[in-house]
Amino acid sequence: MRPRGLSPAAYGIVVLALAACGSPAAPATDTVTVLAAASLTEAFDQLSGDFTADHPGVTVELSYGSSATLVQQVDHGAPADVLALAGESAADPLDRSAVRSSTPFAGNVLEIAVPSTNPAHVTGIGDLGRAGLKVVLCAPAVPCGRAADATFAKAGIIPSAVSREVDVKATLSKVRLGEADAAVVYHSDVVAAGVAVTGVPIPEAVNTRLRYPIITLTGDPSAQAFVDYVVGERGQHTLRSFGFTSP
Amino acid sequence: MRYAAGLRSRLTLGLPAGLALLLLVVPLAALLTRADWSRLPGDLATPTVLPALRLSLLTTSTTAGLCLLLGTPLAWFLARSEHRVTRWVRALLTVPLVLPPVVGGVALLMAWGRTGLLGQHLAPFGVQIPFTTVAVVLAETFVAMPFFVLAVEGAMRGLDPRLEAVARTLGATDVRYLRTVALPLVLPGLASGLALAWARALGEFGATLTFAGSFPGRTQTAPLAVYAALEQDPQVAISVSIVLLAVSVLVLGVLRGRWLR
Repeated sequence: MRPRGLSPAAYGIVVLALAACGSPAAPATDTVTVLAAASLTEAFDQLSGDFTADHPGVTVELSYGSSATLVQQVDHGAPADVLALAGESAADPLDRSAVRSSTPFAGNVLEIAVPSTNPAHVTGIGDLGRAGLKVVLCAPAVPCGRAADATFAKAGIIPSAVSREVDVKATLSKVRLGEADAAVVYHSDVVAAGVAVTGVPIPEAVNTRLRYPIITLTGDPSAQAFVDYVVGERGQHTLRSFGFTSP
Repeated sequence: MRYAAGLRSRLTLGLPAGLALLLLVVPLAALLTRADWSRLPGDLATPTVLPALRLSLLTTSTTAGLCLLLGTPLAWFLARSEHRVTRWVRALLTVPLVLPPVVGGVALLMAWGRTGLLGQHLAPFGVQIPFTTVAVVLAETFVAMPFFVLAVEGAMRGLDPRLEAVARTLGATDVRYLRTVALPLVLPGLASGLALAWARALGEFGATLTFAGSFPGRTQTAPLAVYAALEQDPQVAISVSIVLLAVSVLVLGVLRGRWLR
């Protein structure tokens, strides 16, 4: 008895399949792949649900992360039709040749999130410099971290930070878990978290306002339809209900 | 005909074997080709990298020390007993070995966090573990200890039981037997267990990020610094990765006698 092995043809298939993994597959016309900043999580979940209800046959695939990570992914060839970033400067490292259009679609400001019991009695940004307070911020490389650094510089405060997290939701989660006394996140994150956290506003004079751009990366008509929906009246209404302002 | 059949069977095994090798070796080679050697010293001297490397060295050494101090007695108890409970303990010990590290991080938070099982009793005394270097050590010990204990236990099982009997008739206590007879004999096992545990601690990422957070100089270890640098300056990430790769190869060198015969 001779052991039966795979035929050379089978190997050909395996090798082709592996080779296919390397090149970004052309997105199917009925699937829109959207990469969105972590702060958009709740709003875009809702938006994509509403959009697909209006556009039967179109599927929206969503992936969230820090804007810095998403831009990296696109630059390394991640297949995506639409990219929604927290702030225009987040798009700076993006390979310009990949961008087809860019439209501002939302605005956001920073806010302090504290556990709903507010154990450290944080009442304003001045408190965040207090020694011994556990303040969690976003990493300096991601938009919410950069914005927070700018705000602290304007306010002349050195925050007693204990961690710089990978994205805004990770930052907020440390407050939700009750491990941190305060976190600097976006107003929209405080709105989305509901009763789990309490927001402490940051005065406009020192706050940092971000304009979120939505970027199309392919000419897919469904992708354009999704962007039109987000920028349109109903999309804007949804975004406002999640604490975003108009751009 | 025979030749063709031989060639075919060679191909049948050779192709997947070659593919497996490529899958493992190409990424490492790619890392080396993308390295900018002239930038390496400058990259390593950047304000976040040096503290990260120093912190990694400090926490992994502490972890190795904890493994040695606490893990050796545990390995000894496991090695000399065949009781059902021992078998359960051994099984329990392997859980952190296969658990996704981020789950370990969540578990550590639930135990040592401010509202955690143990943490809530420490908080009134002003002891808070998350976001501290102690949390990094706890996370690293959680993932590294099983490697050490299992390696040392294996070595201790290989000891001749008559040695202990003789030591006992000569009036030696457990501690004395362990110190003067058993440990010197299992030294190679102890060393390889330490090297394994240390390497695992050095690579710890998920549990640290979840439980200890990431703050330069305090909780941002070298792997966390690689991750942070990737978003700011990928070249720095590559440079630190090269250092960690070199260290891994060094550890393999230490283990050579046992694994790469």
